Amino acid sequence: MLKDITIGQYFPGKSVLHRLDPRVKIILTFLYIVVLFAASNPLGLLIGIFFLIVAYGVSRVPPRMILKSLKPVLPIILFTTLLNVFFIEGEILWHWAFLTITKEGVATAVIMSVRIACLIAGTSLLTYTTSPIALTDGLERLMGPLKKIRFPVHELAMMMTIALRFIPTLIEETDKIMSAQKARGADMESGGLMQRAKALVPVLIPLFVSAFRRADELAMAMECRCYRGGEGRTRMKQLHVGGVDAVCTLFVLLCLAGVIAVNLYAPPLF
Amino acid sequence: MNPIISAKDVTFAYPAYEGEASQTVLDDISIDIRPGEFVAVLGHNGSGKSTLAKHFNAILLPSGGTVWVAGIDTRIEDKIYDIRQTVGMVFQNPDNQLVATIVEEDVAFALENLGVPPAEIRARVDDALKSVGMYEYREHAPHQLSGGQKQRIAIAGVIAMRPRCIVLDEPTAMLDPRGREEVLATIRGLNREHGITVVLITHYMDEAALCDRVVVVDNGRMLLDGVPKEVFSHVTILKEVGLDVPQVTELAYGLRCAGYPVPEDIIFEEECVDAIAALLEGRHVDHKN
Repeated sequence: MLKDITIGQYFPGKSVLHRLDPRVKIILTFLYIVVLFAASNPLGLLIGIFFLIVAYGVSRVPPRMILKSLKPVLPIILFTTLLNVFFIEGEILWHWAFLTITKEGVATAVIMSVRIACLIAGTSLLTYTTSPIALTDGLERLMGPLKKIRFPVHELAMMMTIALRFIPTLIEETDKIMSAQKARGADMESGGLMQRAKALVPVLIPLFVSAFRRADELAMAMECRCYRGGEGRTRMKQLHVGGVDAVCTLFVLLCLAGVIAVNLYAPPLF
Repeated sequence: MNPIISAKDVTFAYPAYEGEASQTVLDDISIDIRPGEFVAVLGHNGSGKSTLAKHFNAILLPSGGTVWVAGIDTRIEDKIYDIRQTVGMVFQNPDNQLVATIVEEDVAFALENLGVPPAEIRARVDDALKSVGMYEYREHAPHQLSGGQKQRIAIAGVIAMRPRCIVLDEPTAMLDPRGREEVLATIRGLNREHGITVVLITHYMDEAALCDRVVVVDNGRMLLDGVPKEVFSHVTILKEVGLDVPQVTELAYGLRCAGYPVPEDIIFEEECVDAIAALLEGRHVDHKN
């Protein structure tokens, strides 16, 4: 069961979005968030939704993945919707005891929930189309300037890489230890939450011990391969910003311009 | 030719902890490893063989005596990366020495550390992967590979630095028989075809039998040093320190003890078969007479 866990949510493919430079993709994702929050009326949000449809279409990521990405944030969406519906004052539509629903409340609720849904679906697309390692790489290079203020950019990226590398190894090991403990009669499937948590202790302790031993050996192996931090390091794979990146950036910028234009010239709906 | 690794009177002790005596691991070891050699270092667990290996690329520094790598004293701190580039090291557990999540990125790791230009890294990574026969797997993730394949990637990661010598610390101990065979064939290929000096730390006798030279370490001391045939002829000494000899050597030794005229230097199966066949024929002839 543990083997089914995938790292991140990368959805392998060869689409235009997959081939985008990770740095550009990260920046564009931020721009998209700006688009969503700049859109103050429904027309602007429609542009946001239009962008999503185009992006998912181009990426060939199946649309059901949108629903999958929305599932964890559903409670938040519901919560904000309820708050907005019941607590915004304005033209009363419905009234019962202490509950009041207003026209403005419903409008804000719809806009907010659409905005959050778009936000999650849009940012998920970044992780769907970028492998964790490319993402780390992109982040390291984007944050490069921070090195000047002694921010440990390279160290953080190295930690990420090693974590990604060792997750499958440690999962495999957890599986093994669990089987070993089960073979000695450990019961991990019954009892309440507390009991199950306690049953995990004999799994976690050997796992930690072995993780430390692995870390020690890895450090030695890295030293043997002349690792000495980020100073003077080169990379085999160079990132290139190409035509595709320019086209995609242009598209996002057009969306942003559209939203701003809508905000300025379209009549407010309320 | 000057030795590539030279150790003189090397002593190593872990520093004493409170209330405990310091523990001597290496005791006055001197050894020269010549370029192109294929040396096996044999010893049982705790004999100090791994500690010795770690002295060969300045992971550990001797408490007494000196180690030179290509003529450089390993205690010179400024030269440490030259030393590690000259003598690469591969460890026992392949899982714990791969750094990156993609095979080719892992092989590139050492070169990236050394600041080699990207285009050259690419070429050297491809060369290294081809020389261990793993080029087709360059875009795989390490956890998708078998133990033997992972170990070959680890070897490629070291080879990419173009070292003159590689030290392998029990590289086959955690592998299944097929993985062992793969890794040994790779190491032999590197030694024969690319002229890389190999120091193989092992406790498998059959692996040692394939080397040019066998060094036996016990209790931090060097016990025997010679060609395999010579070393394995000292069956009693080896048994005393808890080491086995190859099965065929043991068989021949048993026969010899029982009074049969079998040569002393049998280490390969074919030799043993020939010797026993000769023995049987001889006896057969004797019987007829």
